[in-house]
Amino acid sequence: MADGTDVSNVVESKQYIDVMINNEQYGIDINFIDNIVRMQRITRVPKAQDYFPGVINLRGEIIPVMSLRRRFGFEDDVFTPKTRILILKPEPQASIGFIVDEVKEVINIKEEEIDRVVTSDDKNTFIAGVGKHTKGLVSILNISAVLQDKEQD
Amino acid sequence: MDVSQYLEVFIEEAKEHLQALNEHLLILEKEPENENTINEIFRAAHSLKGMAGTMGYKRMQKLTHDMENVFQEIRSGKMKVRPELTDCLFEGLDALQEYVDNIINTQDEGTNDNQPLIDTLAHELEVGLKGDAAAAAPAPEVKAETAPAPEPAAAPKASSVVYADHEKMAIKEAAAQGLTTYEIHVDLQESCLLKAARAYLVFKAVEEFGEIIKSVPDAQMIEDEKFDLSFVVCVLSKATPEDLRKRVLNVSEVKEVTVEKVTFDNVQVAETAETEKKEEEKKPVPQAPTASAAATASTQKPAGQTTQKKAVVNRSVRVDIEKLDDLMNLVSELIIAKNGLASISPDDYAGKEKRSAFNEQIEYLERITGNIHQSVMKVRMVPIESVVNRFPRMIRDLSKKLDKPMELYMSGEETELDRTVIDEIGDPLMHILRNSADHGLESAEVRKSLGKPEVGSIFLNAYQEGNSVVIECSDDGGGINTEKVKAKAIEKGTITEEQAETMTEKDFIDLLFKPSFSTADKISDVSGRGVGLDVVKSKIESLSGTVECRTALGQGTTFTIRLPLTLAIIQSLMVIIGDEKYAIPLGSIDTIEDIPIEEIKKVEKKEVVNLRGSVIPLVRMADILEVPVKKPEKNTVTMVVVAKGEKKAGLIVDDLIGQLEIVIKSIGKYINNSKIISGATVLGDGEIALILDANALV
Repeated sequence: MADGTDVSNVVESKQYIDVMINNEQYGIDINFIDNIVRMQRITRVPKAQDYFPGVINLRGEIIPVMSLRRRFGFEDDVFTPKTRILILKPEPQASIGFIVDEVKEVINIKEEEIDRVVTSDDKNTFIAGVGKHTKGLVSILNISAVLQDKEQD
Repeated sequence: MDVSQYLEVFIEEAKEHLQALNEHLLILEKEPENENTINEIFRAAHSLKGMAGTMGYKRMQKLTHDMENVFQEIRSGKMKVRPELTDCLFEGLDALQEYVDNIINTQDEGTNDNQPLIDTLAHELEVGLKGDAAAAAPAPEVKAETAPAPEPAAAPKASSVVYADHEKMAIKEAAAQGLTTYEIHVDLQESCLLKAARAYLVFKAVEEFGEIIKSVPDAQMIEDEKFDLSFVVCVLSKATPEDLRKRVLNVSEVKEVTVEKVTFDNVQVAETAETEKKEEEKKPVPQAPTASAAATASTQKPAGQTTQKKAVVNRSVRVDIEKLDDLMNLVSELIIAKNGLASISPDDYAGKEKRSAFNEQIEYLERITGNIHQSVMKVRMVPIESVVNRFPRMIRDLSKKLDKPMELYMSGEETELDRTVIDEIGDPLMHILRNSADHGLESAEVRKSLGKPEVGSIFLNAYQEGNSVVIECSDDGGGINTEKVKAKAIEKGTITEEQAETMTEKDFIDLLFKPSFSTADKISDVSGRGVGLDVVKSKIESLSGTVECRTALGQGTTFTIRLPLTLAIIQSLMVIIGDEKYAIPLGSIDTIEDIPIEEIKKVEKKEVVNLRGSVIPLVRMADILEVPVKKPEKNTVTMVVVAKGEKKAGLIVDDLIGQLEIVIKSIGKYINNSKIISGATVLGDGEIALILDANALV
């Protein structure tokens, strides 16, 4: 699948899901999102990467769930009634869930309102750019980088 | 006509015909006089030619046609089957296979004319006929028939029909009487369903103008619909070619008609030595498909011809594998739902009566889902024959190539396996057989000096054993020289000499399954490149199977492959480790034991237990799985003994739940999957249980 963050040719605005992680706003390209579900029981998978708490059962389908907090090196998740799992479908046969603290709304950001990040700083590689929005700055997630497993490479 | 819709059917049938050709040619090679086989071959080749022609694959048609000519001569007894001929025919089959492969990949037959092969065939035909004739009869028989192939490159049409002596005389006589001989080439429409009936009408129409002296193919063949879309009728008539043409075109479903004048001089003559045949053919074959003509003709044909035209009615349907997968998924859902229903205790909702009624219904549902599951599984089952039937041919070729006489004995081809497994198992089996042929069997001289029969034997034996299918591949060759393996392993640095000291025979054999390890002194075309057994192993393990090797020096080697009958739904034992639930496939479980804690001994810092005389290493699952909550130690531990081939291990679990039919699901590719977990399943209450891969733990 094409890298959804590569929108250089598109002039119109794109839609992002605005989510909160560790009190920061992040934007996830809506094209990736398949579903948003409430927090549910996660089954631990032994020997998995530490940022994968485990798998969930979504209507019979088994989906691995990633903690974005752990992935970004923040404090571990504290599950609240607002905690949600975003179900993404980066590939037709492979779904994955992202645990976020809160899902706010769908926002439109124009391409020219996104500052592309070009630093090679480790943590920042998860961020494709920073978009300006009426309610502040939104870090646009680089989904493929988040999914990429460095240890495996 | 757009034939693309028939492409799939064509490919399937072409494969079947090629397979049949291969099989029967192998038989023919051994029993050159087997009439049934020749007929079988001829029929397969003929159908293949017809199909290729219909689909517009001219090159394929041409090659099949030329091969068919050879079969024709063999069938009529004018030619003997010689090794060079079978070699050449096998090459022809390979070339045809190539065409089919090309068609599968690109829908086009490719551009390879295989001219050298066609030339060789023609040469073989010539040599075969001459040689045979010289030995048997004084008069040479030449019948370079080039039947009415709609191939422009074929021989010029005027001389495309071969006439027997008497027929030629008839032409001459007719010319004297002022009759002209015409060859009427008739092409039927591709959509024509009743070809024989159309041909009959054409014959009728032509008869109005004069006497039919010949047709190609002959009347009997036409009546049996053993022809493609075109045939030739030769008639002696006073009418003009145009009249003939018009009359024949009036017959419906006739696509094209060309009428050509034949004179005495441009006729090809087939000199025939068989006087009795002459007798037969002297009787003009006028009313084409009439009973009398059929009777006359059938005396010339080998028996069984007429009976064979009836195809065996096949009570089966071809179904897209995807549709079956969908069905399978639905059945999986059904089983999950059933488990869910069963796990709801009715206590909270109803009185005693209703409770038992509920349980009854649940049991009923269980039975039905079980049966549906089995039925669907059975639908997906394919006999292993479809994979192994190409091996006799392969062994034959290897035997020639390696110059080692060998024979492949197969049994249990009817053993069935899941379609997904069947698709994958071919290559590993081929590797093993090649290994046996190349490394396993000794050359004829060596075998002789060892007092073994000169012809080496390779056995391929398949059978079902419980919930798995076992495929054994063995040879009566030299076996694996473990000393040689040891030396090689040390030389390659795979193991150190100290390690080698402590290794058992079995350990050395296991080395063979390591990547890039080959003991062959010379790398041959056949095997020995060091990719092979490790590929075999990983492939079979990816199918949740196991492969084992047993060998006796000087006596042979046996590879035993064990495969699960199905991959999607399995019976498993549910266990509790820490506070988590896990499933262990029942197929890999040997026994379940309660072991008093004092019986656990330590050998080289590893925990083992002596179970009825055999020492079994223990695996504490709570440690391996790093469960967050550990249960306190008890006086006895529950040990699930799992086996991988002959190796065993005792998995220590905290508790047993019971047996459950589970649907295996993948846990996705993102999560780092250590080999211990082979998948996950959804339990009746929606909870997830991970499936432990016992193979990775032993």
